Amino acid sequence: MNIEVSRRRFMQLAGAGAAGTAIGALGFAEAEAQVSAHVKPFRLVRTKEARTTCPYCAVSCGMLVYAAPNQASKGKLEVVHIEGDADHPVNRGTLCPKGAAAIDYIHSATRVKTPMYRKPGEAKFEPVTWDFAMERIAKLMKEDRDANFVEKNAAGTTVNRWTTTAFLSGSSVTNETGWVTYKVARGLGLLQIENQARI
Amino acid sequence: MSSLGPTFGRGAMTNSWTDIRNTDLVLVMGGNAAEAHPCGFKWVTEAKAERGAKLMVVDPRFTRSAAVADHYAPLRPGTDVAFLSGVVNYLLTNDKIHKEYVRHYTNAAYLVKEGYAFNEGFFSGYDESKATYDRSSWEYEIGADGFAVRDMTLEHPRSVFQLMKKHFAVYTPEMVSRVSGTPQDKFLKVCEWIASTANGERAMTIMYALGWTQHSHGAQNIRTAAMIQLLCGNIGIPGGGVNALRGHSNVQGITDVGTLTAAIPGYLNLPTEQEPTLESHLSKRTFKPLQANQTSYWQNYRKFYVSFLKSYFGAKATPENNFGYDWLPKLDVAYDCLRMFDLINQGKTNGLICQGFNPLMAIADSNKSAAGLAKLKFLISIDPIETDTARFWENHGEFNNVDPAKIQTEVFMLPVTSFAEEAGSLTNSSRCISWKWQAADPYHDSRTDVVILADLFNRVRKLYETQGGKGAEPLLAVDWSYKDPHEPSSDELLKELNGKALADLADASGKVTRRAGEQLASFGEMRDDGTTDGAMWIYTGVYGPAGNLSQRRDNSDPSGLGVYGNWGFSWPANRRIQYNRASADPQGKPWSERKKFMYWNGERWTGPDVPDYVPTIPPERATGPFIMNPEGVSRLWVRGLMADGPFPVHYEPFESPVTNPVFPKLKGNPAARVFQRDRASFGDAKEFPIVATTYRLVEHFHYWTKGVHMNAVVQPEFFVEMSEQLAAEKDIKHGGWVRVWSKRGSVKGKAVVTKRLKPLTIDGRTVHTVGLPLNFGFIGVARKANPINGLTPPVGDANSQTPEYKAFLVNVEPIVGPVA
Repeated sequence: MNIEVSRRRFMQLAGAGAAGTAIGALGFAEAEAQVSAHVKPFRLVRTKEARTTCPYCAVSCGMLVYAAPNQASKGKLEVVHIEGDADHPVNRGTLCPKGAAAIDYIHSATRVKTPMYRKPGEAKFEPVTWDFAMERIAKLMKEDRDANFVEKNAAGTTVNRWTTTAFLSGSSVTNETGWVTYKVARGLGLLQIENQARI
Repeated sequence: MSSLGPTFGRGAMTNSWTDIRNTDLVLVMGGNAAEAHPCGFKWVTEAKAERGAKLMVVDPRFTRSAAVADHYAPLRPGTDVAFLSGVVNYLLTNDKIHKEYVRHYTNAAYLVKEGYAFNEGFFSGYDESKATYDRSSWEYEIGADGFAVRDMTLEHPRSVFQLMKKHFAVYTPEMVSRVSGTPQDKFLKVCEWIASTANGERAMTIMYALGWTQHSHGAQNIRTAAMIQLLCGNIGIPGGGVNALRGHSNVQGITDVGTLTAAIPGYLNLPTEQEPTLESHLSKRTFKPLQANQTSYWQNYRKFYVSFLKSYFGAKATPENNFGYDWLPKLDVAYDCLRMFDLINQGKTNGLICQGFNPLMAIADSNKSAAGLAKLKFLISIDPIETDTARFWENHGEFNNVDPAKIQTEVFMLPVTSFAEEAGSLTNSSRCISWKWQAADPYHDSRTDVVILADLFNRVRKLYETQGGKGAEPLLAVDWSYKDPHEPSSDELLKELNGKALADLADASGKVTRRAGEQLASFGEMRDDGTTDGAMWIYTGVYGPAGNLSQRRDNSDPSGLGVYGNWGFSWPANRRIQYNRASADPQGKPWSERKKFMYWNGERWTGPDVPDYVPTIPPERATGPFIMNPEGVSRLWVRGLMADGPFPVHYEPFESPVTNPVFPKLKGNPAARVFQRDRASFGDAKEFPIVATTYRLVEHFHYWTKGVHMNAVVQPEFFVEMSEQLAAEKDIKHGGWVRVWSKRGSVKGKAVVTKRLKPLTIDGRTVHTVGLPLNFGFIGVARKANPINGLTPPVGDANSQTPEYKAFLVNVEPIVGPVA
């Protein structure tokens, strides 16, 4: 069947049931066929959908994120589309200019791709392995902790603190990340722990 | 947060985003929700369209929120306390208050003990040498029965109500106009509209953000607003509240979890070195009721503390070792971020880890920060994007003019997954905990924060296990019994925050109510004997026996009041409006049909929300609706709970164009956080006659989106906003280049000459204000700019230590711009 359906005619047909599925339910089989023949396949049909939260402000709008395998990176799932979650009671599907461009944040030119290291006095970063970075950081931290950890203060009270290293914790990470951050930072004995709540 | 807690009992947004639809009047002040929280601001638009609600905006600029307001009033940056105190004075002198609410639900009737005084801006107890107050004279008179003394007629001269009348009398409309520059008629219209809600029939909501917090007296701005809401009876009711619109998507959750210098999750306190034993810490926090029959919920502090220690140290925490209390680090001083950067600048700090944090841009006095970063031995950035901080050692010409060869800091930039590449829960501004699902695989070699931190922790612990070292015992005592120690799952971690029974729990009759190993449904089940754990009591219930309730996505709203009780889980106990018992009168009846919400049905408290109250306590017991406070009521007078006074006072910003017109002897907030070393960096009005204030743009989020193509296209560069009058005075053209400098630093940008800013007459003089957007820097795809915090002063609020970004002094001049 190859019948021209004008835009006006299409609207009339669709208007009869207000939505494509309703047209079918009401028995407008021919109309449905005509319409579907002229509608491109839904481009998100092959994607994986997930419900997430906008990374920006604390309205914390609901977002639907669609990802598809990227052949260039061994089939890793990569975000291809983001839209507001229409079922979310707070944002009801809307996003602001920041949230609406969030896909550009994921793919931004300033995303860090691999661990980078800058030696003292050097004028640039160099890529390093995770193993190198983590081993070196663990060593630097232990050196500083061993040199400055205070088990007892002048009054003889057990204080178990390490005050020469500081941890600034992010406020866009999940609650679970926050708890791990707390456990690790306090577990090391840090007192210099802050987040963006104060600023 | 440091004012809402002392006033109401909990430091969080009182109502919810969707509740704003129930309001009759909105005051947007100290914020610009239309620009900074656009998708939340839609509920203001909805209330206007559906209910005929009115919107008032009070702001130094005619903002995007003002553009859709029914009434706009300008004011000078940093004078909100004077303005709001003028409103308090108007309500009191014209008797426009909700008398029964004030009498029964606030501490207006409480008597302050003899010895309290207030003279020329100073409260009794000030020690000038230490710049702090001895707060002992700010307490209640205690009767022979051990309870605080009240005068329910509110007539006693030492009653909070009478002290208030006296304290606020100086803030007349004339004085407000003299200090704030607001024309009297515009100020009085705000007063009249607010007064129209002081009756239980109509509600007002107040929406604020960093425009109130970022002052050396920020907490007192919010305090004054909270007092207005209490005088009008607007707390605990639909469409009411003091609504703190928070910045980052999970800043509420991260504040709850407590990655702050002196915190333990759930607003418990890290011990100080003056508290050598668990008992010495707990005995200071017994929170005995100050009136008969009060809930005083913090009496349970001990249960929450021990449950935290059980989660933290696991099986190693036993009654014999005080649940591991000795292992916790003990504070000598509080290391807020201003102190942190002061120590870094002094070269006393060797390592800094930044997780999703760009302090070179975000902390006051960027030049001080930059000099400090160069003294670090190591800096680690754990962030999805490159930050200016991670590249502080790199030369970016005039925008970051450093010599890398002279900077010996070792720097690591670790790639972390973005928001869409991980699963877990976030808590929005209105306390609703919602799960997000992982949508995509980690970008390139990035790893989640949890994997990175677990890796670091496991490596360091292994070094201590194999090589030994200082403080090995507390480090190895931390419980890390996750299924996969290299990757604790978000599911396990949320369960750990919620808590579980470690032994069978029985009620008073011996009946087992919770089996060992089961998740707890409520923090009411927590014990102080080590038979429960739970890292953060306020979240208990989010992952109880019924599963992970943060994953709930039922958006039905049977009451039509925007409650959405089955969408996610709101702490505490899934309550959507805090203190909602106050929506009914002392007899348990709604104040009005129009504002009906929670009420007593003869047997229990009921209504569309979860009661923020023990549901079976009958009205005749006169248990107050503010269950966290030992008084059972809210506090118009905050006793010694705030560092800078039991009542607000108008303090000028530390850099101010005028002498304080109300109290000429005051030079800024007398209890503010100022380091002596920094005093020389403050400018005066002779050299720097123009007021500056920083703000955000709708197209950008802090310092992230300057690296995002789309956002950089729509808002590509830094600019300086100023009035037509100032531009004419300085011979500056719209679009022409200008330099703005303070005592600390200098920035350059194009002038945007607008009608949104107007000069104001302050104490007889003309004062100009310039507006500076903060979203730019030297890393990213937007045009490079100097950090705006190169201009701002390193002075902090007396209570929250938040820096004074919203009111400081600069000068402005036209310059020849770069060749395009």
